[in-house]
Amino acid sequence: MSDAAIEVQGFSQYFGEVRKIRALDLDVVRNEILGIIGPARSGKSTFLCALNRLNDLVRGSRHEGTITIDGCDIYGPDIDVVELRRRLGMVFATPVPLPRSIYENVAFGARRAGLRGRAALDALVRDSLEKGGLWEEVRDRLETSGQKLSGGQQQRLCLARILAVKPEFILLDEPTSGLDPISTMKIEDTLRRLKSEYTIILVTNNTKQAARVADRTAFFLNGELVEVGPTARIFTAPDDQRTDDYLRGRFG
Amino acid sequence: MRRLGPRIEEKAARVGLWALTLITVGVLVFIIFFIMRRGLPVLSLEFLTANPAEMGKSGGIFSTIVGTVALTALAILIAAPLGVGTAIYLTEYTWGGPVTRVIRFGAECLAGIPSIIFGLFGFILFVTKLGFGWSILSGGLTLAFMLLPTIIRTSEEAIKSVPEAYRSVSFSLGGTKWQTVTRVVLPSALPGIVTGIVLSVGRSIGETAATIFTAGSALRMPTSIFSSSRTMSVHFYILAREGISAPNAYGTAAILIIAILGINLLTYYLMNRLIKKYS
Repeated sequence: MSDAAIEVQGFSQYFGEVRKIRALDLDVVRNEILGIIGPARSGKSTFLCALNRLNDLVRGSRHEGTITIDGCDIYGPDIDVVELRRRLGMVFATPVPLPRSIYENVAFGARRAGLRGRAALDALVRDSLEKGGLWEEVRDRLETSGQKLSGGQQQRLCLARILAVKPEFILLDEPTSGLDPISTMKIEDTLRRLKSEYTIILVTNNTKQAARVADRTAFFLNGELVEVGPTARIFTAPDDQRTDDYLRGRFG
Repeated sequence: MRRLGPRIEEKAARVGLWALTLITVGVLVFIIFFIMRRGLPVLSLEFLTANPAEMGKSGGIFSTIVGTVALTALAILIAAPLGVGTAIYLTEYTWGGPVTRVIRFGAECLAGIPSIIFGLFGFILFVTKLGFGWSILSGGLTLAFMLLPTIIRTSEEAIKSVPEAYRSVSFSLGGTKWQTVTRVVLPSALPGIVTGIVLSVGRSIGETAATIFTAGSALRMPTSIFSSSRTMSVHFYILAREGISAPNAYGTAAILIIAILGINLLTYYLMNRLIKKYS
């Protein structure tokens, strides 16, 4: 595929002697939502953390193969990791607001990048919260702690927080696993809206969620990519028997 | 042993633990009461603001208060940055390899060394070898070394208790290592770090053996960090040991206890306000 924003070629990820991802080949197309499904410990989260190089922080981490973004090897020698992570915003499975106000949570990334000035920050915080679909609920209490919000609100705060860094990609690691159906729906609506501006990779344990929002879906199993294709095809006529078994709930 | 019924066991545990707590609190209250009953009648504004006279038999304890404050401040000023810095390095900048373990082990051993050994070490190194003489400088340096292991240990624990997820969030938002440490880890670890430092302040105020060898026991008002000075604890020790004045000794002890209580209360008050502000 020539319009791939991210190209993964023969990528394996090791932690010490343990191999979490094996010889992965996968392209991510710009402005798509790529859903990644698969049972626990199939390497889905490890894959996300390989993209923004959070795996580097784990002791004994090493990799083989290449990942390129816009043709540029992200493990190459002249890559600024801090800059790279700004391009790939990440939302974790558990919402983790930092112990600061809502405002400061959203402004965190921008402040670290050196943005100063109350007016600029105010505008950025408002804009990000609006895009994250949280503004109306928190506009009059921006100074309260981010940790006082409900779970669903916290997760949307985490989403708004990465939007404030102006990333190109949004990586979501089971973002709704701890949320109620209504909060989940709000997040999914937000993702659909964001698709026009961002490229989104959504790791989910909930296959129905992938069916609802993903343009293409990839199925991971034991650190390998079993297959990837348009969501409708994966869910109706998968090529691989294992995909079919997983989707029918025969394992995982 | 015959097994008692769960209800009786429950009751016995409650009463037993209650009794243990009562004994602990009782001993503490008794000590404080004992010293305050003898010390409080001596206290007056003059006792606090006048310098000792006749070797401490009369007059106040002002110069020893100044000496204690100077020595403690110097020790903390040296030990806090060193200790907190070391703790940050050990927890955030290393993978916990053999070198880290050796440093940590060394620090822990240091914590178990009797303070009088530190006093002797300080005497040999600072007072004689480096020629600082009996001085606030020698005493402060010695105390700082003595406090280091505690500050490292408590800071490390505080830093380790900051959720790993906070770091991941900071990194994933494009925070650098240093920004993550200063903007995310340290603010969350601050209460624990400050607790360690406050404990150290208490220990350094109460330290006698390490300071008597290094800061000396001069009763004059210190004029610089090169002056020899007597701390309140040393003053108490000398007054009591040489039988100079029991009332003044207890007066000094009372002030020591009140000071340490005051410092603790003030710190926890400030800390609570800080925590409220941040969360």
